[in-house]
Amino acid sequence: MADVAAAPASFEAADRRHRGDVRPPGEPRRIGYLYVLPGLLIYAAFVLVPFGHTFWISFHEWDGITPSRWVGLDNYRRVFTDPQVRETFSHALVLIGFYALLPLILGLVLAALLSRMRVRGISGFRAVLFLPQVVALVAVGVVWRWILAPDGPLNEGLRAIGLGSLARPWLGDFTWALPAVGFVGTWVTFGLTMVLLVAGVQKIPTSLYDAARVDGAGPMREFFVVTLPGLRNEIVVCLVLTTTTALRSFDLVYVMTGGGPGTSTSVPSYRLYTAAFQTGEAGLGAAIGIVLAVAIFVIAFGITRLGERGSR
Amino acid sequence: VTETIERAVNYGLLLFFSVLALAPIVGVVLTAFHGPDALVSGFAVPDPFTVESFRVAWTDGAFGSSLVTSAVITLTTVAFSTVFSVLTGYAFGTMRFRGATLLFYVFLFGLLMPFEATVIPLYFDFRRLGLTDTVWGVILPSTALSIAFGTFWMRAFFRSAPRSLIEAARIDGASSLGVLLRVLVPYGRPAILTMVVLVFMWTWNDFLLSLVMLSGQNILTAPLSLAFFQSQRTTDIQLLAAASIIVAFPVLVVYVFLQRHFIRGMVSGSLKG
Repeated sequence: MADVAAAPASFEAADRRHRGDVRPPGEPRRIGYLYVLPGLLIYAAFVLVPFGHTFWISFHEWDGITPSRWVGLDNYRRVFTDPQVRETFSHALVLIGFYALLPLILGLVLAALLSRMRVRGISGFRAVLFLPQVVALVAVGVVWRWILAPDGPLNEGLRAIGLGSLARPWLGDFTWALPAVGFVGTWVTFGLTMVLLVAGVQKIPTSLYDAARVDGAGPMREFFVVTLPGLRNEIVVCLVLTTTTALRSFDLVYVMTGGGPGTSTSVPSYRLYTAAFQTGEAGLGAAIGIVLAVAIFVIAFGITRLGERGSR
Repeated sequence: VTETIERAVNYGLLLFFSVLALAPIVGVVLTAFHGPDALVSGFAVPDPFTVESFRVAWTDGAFGSSLVTSAVITLTTVAFSTVFSVLTGYAFGTMRFRGATLLFYVFLFGLLMPFEATVIPLYFDFRRLGLTDTVWGVILPSTALSIAFGTFWMRAFFRSAPRSLIEAARIDGASSLGVLLRVLVPYGRPAILTMVVLVFMWTWNDFLLSLVMLSGQNILTAPLSLAFFQSQRTTDIQLLAAASIIVAFPVLVVYVFLQRHFIRGMVSGSLKG
């Protein structure tokens, strides 16, 4: 369920804009509780309670079998000081660059170019650009592992055009493995940001561009004065969706590199998985899970806030 | 003239990015139609075209049974979460009761919360209860997290539904459940379908939860068996390509037919404001 948490974040931003609506909130009805109850019970039992339980486990040393031992903040201390855990968060930051920033820049460039043009056949482009989003990430990983393999199509292509010196075992290289995984993330998310931003730019009234042009604005100024502010909401949605995807990237890493070579592509959720289910460090895994959740909340709210402040 | 050039450049760019999105997919399809023993280099056109790799992958990777498991898990999750989300969304969207706002925020919490933050205790608790290695070990957590999204989505829909619809039905003497089932659900079919499609995709494509919950001795989901298949047959690229297509296929088929719902759900739903 790679995107359950990510996608709806955007709706929250949208909903926030709705809050000013004057629609009456409905009549008072006690029966409302009855309708909420079944959903709430399941949600509480399998989301809220386990979340609290994770929090509890994070203060313990526990191998999952023998009785656990209270260790206070030790696991959190490890998250922030143990180089092997801390590096997973810096890897996640690198991935944010590839999953979120690069697609955002690509999308903005395309949106700027298409800002004054009515694109014909946009639905066809949209359908194609969106395609990487719906393919299971495991399948995406399997396919790209082949493309990036030492004798894979990428290296063969490089050799064919005389750039054989650039060919390398991308996923086996300490320097290149993380960017390679990140690039696959770019491939997954760039269509989404393009679709969002191009759709958004088509909704900016042309009169705004005409006005800017009358004021003597060049293309650059036009971009910063009209396009960028006009796309504020779309940018917020893009960034929330793609940064949360980046922070949670587990599937691609598991399938493509297994965290390697060494630990050069290990990410928080991968470290969490190995800690809790392979090396008997459930407490450490739980602490990583809590820190990851907090990071996602902080970043998502931070981006939304920045977007709101920009609107004033 | 400059305008024509500009247009050409822009369409060229759009085309370029579309090719970028499509190329790996086309490459995989071409590879998969090679025979299992053919020598494949790059993105070559198969000669002859054969489905032999699909056949071998299907039997060797036991994808038949894992597709059935995935279907059972996905359809059950979709059914449960849809019913419960319509009910909660109806309450939050059309009724006022003490604590409604607070409760709604509690559900919102689940929109951003990753499985990573719940999966550890879920595994150990489920193991004690004998739920690991069963479909329920995956269905229950998936349903619960989908309800968070569904509640949010359906509430937004019910809030936007015309009040006159509800009032007219109520004047006709319909109960609150009657209003929901006879008026709002038929009226809201597109919104519900969008939710169904998204939950279907997320559940089908999920990997982490099923990896933790299913050891593979008993049952496997389709993405899980693809990952295991890859670790056994690392170099048989035709087979891996065929297996990847088998696993991605169900969602792709739904995407082809209900594409607008996918895009609307993930894109324009967030832009209505």
